[in-house]
Amino acid sequence: MKKMIAAGAMMAGLATPAFAGTLTVCLEGAPETFNPQLTSSGTTSTVLGQIYDGLVAVERGGSQIEPALAQSWTVSEDGLTYTFKLRQGVKWQTTADFTPTREFNADDVMFTFDRMTDDAHPYHSVNGGNYITFGTKLAGALESVEKIDDYTVAFKLKAPLAPFTGIMAHGSLKITSAEYAEQLLAAGTPELFDRNPVGTGPFQLQAYQTDAVVRLLPFAQTWGAEQGIAQNTPMVDAIIMAISADASVRVQRALAGECLISFYPNLADAPLIEQSEALDLVVAQVASSGFLTFNFNMEKFQDIRVRQALAHAINMEPLVEVVFNGMGHVTGAVVPPAFWGSADLPAYEYDPEKAKQLLAEAGYADGLEVQLWAVPVARPYMPNGRRAAEMVQADWAEIGVNAEIVTYEWAEYIQRARAFEAEVGMFGGIYDFPDPSQIPNNYFTCDAAGTPSPSNIGAWCNEDFIAIMAEAGAITDQDKRAELYVQAQQILYDDYAGVMFGGADQQMVVAKNVDGFVPAIFGTSRMSGVTVD
Amino acid sequence: MIRFLLRKLLVIVPTFIGISIVAFGFVRILPGDPVMLMAGERGLTAERHAELLAQFGFDRPIWVQYLDFVARIFQGDIGSSLVTKKPVLQEFAVLFPATLELALCAILLAALIGIPLGVLAAAKRGSWFDQLSMGVALTGYSMPIFWWGLLLIIFFSGTLGWTPVSGRISLMYYFPDSTGFMLIDSLLSGQKGAFASALHHLILPSIVLATIPMAVLARQTRSAMLEVLSEDYVRTARAKGLNPWRVVSLHAFRNALIPIVTTLGLQIGGLLTGAILTETIFSWPGIGKWMVDSISRRDYPVVQGGLMMIAIIVMAVNLIVDMLYALINPRIRHR
Repeated sequence: MKKMIAAGAMMAGLATPAFAGTLTVCLEGAPETFNPQLTSSGTTSTVLGQIYDGLVAVERGGSQIEPALAQSWTVSEDGLTYTFKLRQGVKWQTTADFTPTREFNADDVMFTFDRMTDDAHPYHSVNGGNYITFGTKLAGALESVEKIDDYTVAFKLKAPLAPFTGIMAHGSLKITSAEYAEQLLAAGTPELFDRNPVGTGPFQLQAYQTDAVVRLLPFAQTWGAEQGIAQNTPMVDAIIMAISADASVRVQRALAGECLISFYPNLADAPLIEQSEALDLVVAQVASSGFLTFNFNMEKFQDIRVRQALAHAINMEPLVEVVFNGMGHVTGAVVPPAFWGSADLPAYEYDPEKAKQLLAEAGYADGLEVQLWAVPVARPYMPNGRRAAEMVQADWAEIGVNAEIVTYEWAEYIQRARAFEAEVGMFGGIYDFPDPSQIPNNYFTCDAAGTPSPSNIGAWCNEDFIAIMAEAGAITDQDKRAELYVQAQQILYDDYAGVMFGGADQQMVVAKNVDGFVPAIFGTSRMSGVTVD
Repeated sequence: MIRFLLRKLLVIVPTFIGISIVAFGFVRILPGDPVMLMAGERGLTAERHAELLAQFGFDRPIWVQYLDFVARIFQGDIGSSLVTKKPVLQEFAVLFPATLELALCAILLAALIGIPLGVLAAAKRGSWFDQLSMGVALTGYSMPIFWWGLLLIIFFSGTLGWTPVSGRISLMYYFPDSTGFMLIDSLLSGQKGAFASALHHLILPSIVLATIPMAVLARQTRSAMLEVLSEDYVRTARAKGLNPWRVVSLHAFRNALIPIVTTLGLQIGGLLTGAILTETIFSWPGIGKWMVDSISRRDYPVVQGGLMMIAIIVMAVNLIVDMLYALINPRIRHR
């Protein structure tokens, strides 16, 4: 095997230093593309995060922003201009298609953003030109990107946007090579730009066997290695990522030694892994929130007593215990506890007597009919929607509420929920970048005209909440922002806008002979700095 | 024979038109759209959503999109994936050999076991062998594939360690694709142990995929044989004192072949499209899993183009089966 990898490294024109071992990883899906700009998929980010770097990154296993291709940055007093000082001496990868003649500089940053922002850019429409994450998170807020000098770039915003650096750490805003793009354009093959990646990261693509295996080789001249940053240095001979869609099969592959790291096993397989002498179950915090929403377009849910009754009738402790297989924790806060800005709120107290009384006061002493929606797919915030819905249904039956469980295939579910069809909706979200504002903003705010934000499926529009969220989004002082988010969550909690399901930890299966692997809370779990004994 | 072939080819034209409408329309009837799924729970403003749909050209009237689809088929272009941005034909060409390799191994296994089992069961009608083998066949036919596959993995790969868990070859082997057929490519690579590894990886998925066709073939063979064995000429042959096995294998079996070949042909069509669960369990990079993933992502060009390709292949298999009938039974080609 070593011989094969070494031969591959020579073919790719790499001088491989003394690395040891091959890191095999079982991934849950295939990368959709090899240009991060074109995707919003987490699995794709896991692969591309090893190849490309962004201007900033999320700290390993944490939620703070740290420098990457930008060495430092400053924010203007009005909060509208972010000036990034770029790292010098960063080399681009050499591949079969491309031999770089220069190092990374501001032209690459300009190219990366021009491609997405400028409709007339020769690369704008290449391979469909859908920049889904940029389009949804930054396009509306960005005024311009300007090159100040070869190693300084300024991002100007239309209005202050506190989560800006967090958004810049997102996996889809990684920097691509302008020189490589020019060469491919001149050769008349720009479409290859998104298929044959050239990055600055610790690993580079050796081969992708469609839907089967991604093979990465170490990029010895990566800036992390050259500048002595261990966590950005490749320390294995190769990474082989095997695509295995089924969670039970990924566990079996880990048990058989075929994969040293397996992503996202079934929660129910935990005992099997714990019994194994060769494997560890590594627990990763998940930055996601799952909840039930009440449809504020419907009269019955506009009465706070109905919402209170339904919330206090749910026995959340056993529900979370069962649904998250013992890996969950009960909370009443929208922002997950792992995050700065999370409020210390308990779940609504389980009190069926009080619930019955509230329901009677609201005029439903003879019972209430509701539709309860259940997410049809396993999500990090809700591994088993059906089970959760059944448990809620049973709890509600005790206070005379007859809940009909409704579910649709995932695409249809999202579409109908967004059209406010869900009476009591089950929904949730995963944080894409380390800023607590994302889920409260996307799922619980409305615009000035009173139109709910796209994921606000319950159409809850609360002026105080919106005002506080807006205020927190316009300042950069993290402590002050955290305080405001705690206040906002309290408003949501007191108004019974939704019922939080609590949060869960996610698991990874890691072989005992793998050292230095830290699962990411946001975005990509890095394979640099990881060793295999 | 040529007239027979022409007649068959003529039927293909309306079939093709029908399939193009179904392939185009089926995925478009489903609620949800690719942009919405790419955004997931995160949400997208209505304006942004409309803008992205327009970029894909999905804002045009549906019939314009259909005509565009058909026109491009005639130019040999069935579109590019919305997700991977690669031409559908290129993705199909990469993934199809994996499906075909698995399907051929499975059908071979199914035929080699299922047909003799059916013949023997018919010859020994009512015996314990007949009852046992048909009982096993019925169990195989009703087996939930996902459960069966996992069971085999847990037992043979997990407990006994005899077979690999999944994949087409050990991750430690790497060589570029030449034909896309792992058994051939591993031989061509010249790497020691590669062929054995590829063969080893085929065992469990072939068994799982062959289970249902094997059961169907065994039962079909048995009933076809029973019918033929009750014919007068078989009785005559027996009365003449011919070796009973010669009667079964030569006189009866050859005449029972038509329904068996029909079943075999239908099973091949089914295997090409029905390997979805097997491909998912065994991380087998074929077209079944590719199509299902594309449906759930509403990757319209892949679903539409993929369906067209599969339909064309199934039509070709059916044509070959029809021609085989004509070879087996000359009366058919003169009908």
